[in-house]
Amino acid sequence: MNVRSFMSVARAVAWRQLHNFVTSPPLLLPSIVFPLFFLLAFGGGLSSVGDVPGFNFPSGYTAFQFVWSLLQTAAFGGVFTGFSIAMDYESGFARRLMLAVPNRVGIVAGYAIAGVVRALITGTVLFSVALLSGMNVDGNGIHLAGLITLALVLNVAATLFGTGVALRIRSMQAGPLMQMPVFLTLFLVPVWVPLELLTGWIRSVASVNPVTAILGAGRAFISGQPSGSGMAFAVVAGLVAVFGVWALTGLRRAERAG
Amino acid sequence: MNRVLLIQLGLLARRSFLRTLRQPATIIPSVLFPLLLLGVNAGGLDSVTKLPGFPADSYLQFAFAIPFIQGTLFAAISAGTDLALDIETGFLNRLSLTPTHPAAILLGQLAGTVALAMLQGSVFVLVGLIAGIQIEAGILGAVLLVLMMALLALGFGGIGALLALRTGSGEAVQGVFPLLFVGLFLSSLNLPRDLIQTDWFRTVATLNPLSYMIEGLRSLIITGWDAQALGTGLAVAFGLAIIGLSLSSAALSQRIART
Repeated sequence: MNVRSFMSVARAVAWRQLHNFVTSPPLLLPSIVFPLFFLLAFGGGLSSVGDVPGFNFPSGYTAFQFVWSLLQTAAFGGVFTGFSIAMDYESGFARRLMLAVPNRVGIVAGYAIAGVVRALITGTVLFSVALLSGMNVDGNGIHLAGLITLALVLNVAATLFGTGVALRIRSMQAGPLMQMPVFLTLFLVPVWVPLELLTGWIRSVASVNPVTAILGAGRAFISGQPSGSGMAFAVVAGLVAVFGVWALTGLRRAERAG
Repeated sequence: MNRVLLIQLGLLARRSFLRTLRQPATIIPSVLFPLLLLGVNAGGLDSVTKLPGFPADSYLQFAFAIPFIQGTLFAAISAGTDLALDIETGFLNRLSLTPTHPAAILLGQLAGTVALAMLQGSVFVLVGLIAGIQIEAGILGAVLLVLMMALLALGFGGIGALLALRTGSGEAVQGVFPLLFVGLFLSSLNLPRDLIQTDWFRTVATLNPLSYMIEGLRSLIITGWDAQALGTGLAVAFGLAIIGLSLSSAALSQRIART
């Protein structure tokens, strides 16, 4: 009974979220256009970076950049889900929802499911455009499945982070608090060149940034030479665990606030 | 008549400037964000300087022009959003019922934007000098960097005002401006045009006027006094200012006529 109510709440919340996403151009278009833009601007505009001495990525610069764009799409999909929760609070819908449902954890699960489907939609568009623009994929089906799984689990982690912030602040003013940490974390990694070619303070920061491990494993998957995948999956699983607690304690706080 | 116009302009410019100063949430990101991106880019792309033909020894030096352009875009978003807020709250309607000259309304608003841009530019120059950047054109070059930034802020501010006057919505202004950031990335922002390998990207960057603005600013930093790059950059910046001001003043006339 409890599982049934959980599933029914999660399904309803996810369906509403996805319906809003697909039928609202202001939500749908930026989610698709921005990752494409990053791929084109970095993959196209900086392609000569692939000629820098010491840059030895076997699948070419577009594939190198694609992995970062895919992870960026996945992570920002989670942030946008946090925005949706904050908007639901501003409109009063979230409070009515909290009163109506028997299992409130199902609300968080519903948002997370919607975030994953949303990331799948935008990721598919990104993948298609990258392939059409001549990206080399040297990894096999299993490697690609590994890359996609990494991106989707990162999306869940980012959704749980955004959810935790949105449930604590319960206003659109939470937007920068959701966006900025994710934005900074995603840029303080080896975005344009491998870690070994970074210099100065950014190399030190990127070396300890957990997203660097995820990015490295993703790039290894697409080039068909998997390495560091165990560490990357451990990192995303850890992020999901930490932000899962963050989201659930946020939910309790929102419940107490009424 | 001219004296009255100047008084009106001064009052509205003061209001615009103070209004911006009273919003730390507007000023701080518009100064910090471009500097942060500069730091990230400089560390991330420093190895690009090893490419044959790269025009600088340090990527920080090469990329130092970028915050000046990004800063003007932030200033212009602020100008557009503030004007849209004046429309949403009815302030512009009330102002248009007074004998205030339309030119004072528009230029007063933009004067605040230009002042913010000069403040940003001065901070960027100061931080750059502290970080060890050597402006090849010297002190006069540094002054010209700030003045060019002010000119660009006038142009982009004009576009922000146009969007605000056409839509009357701050959300719409904020929604359209990311397109300008897209345009900025599709330029010679990160690499000189002759080092961009992808053909379509190089073509877009060559057609993109923002490339010439960046190259004009960049020439002062990495080359010194390069008449061609600087002249083209200034011509594009003046062109943008003329277009921005003409279109926004036409839009203001239409909005006031409707009132």
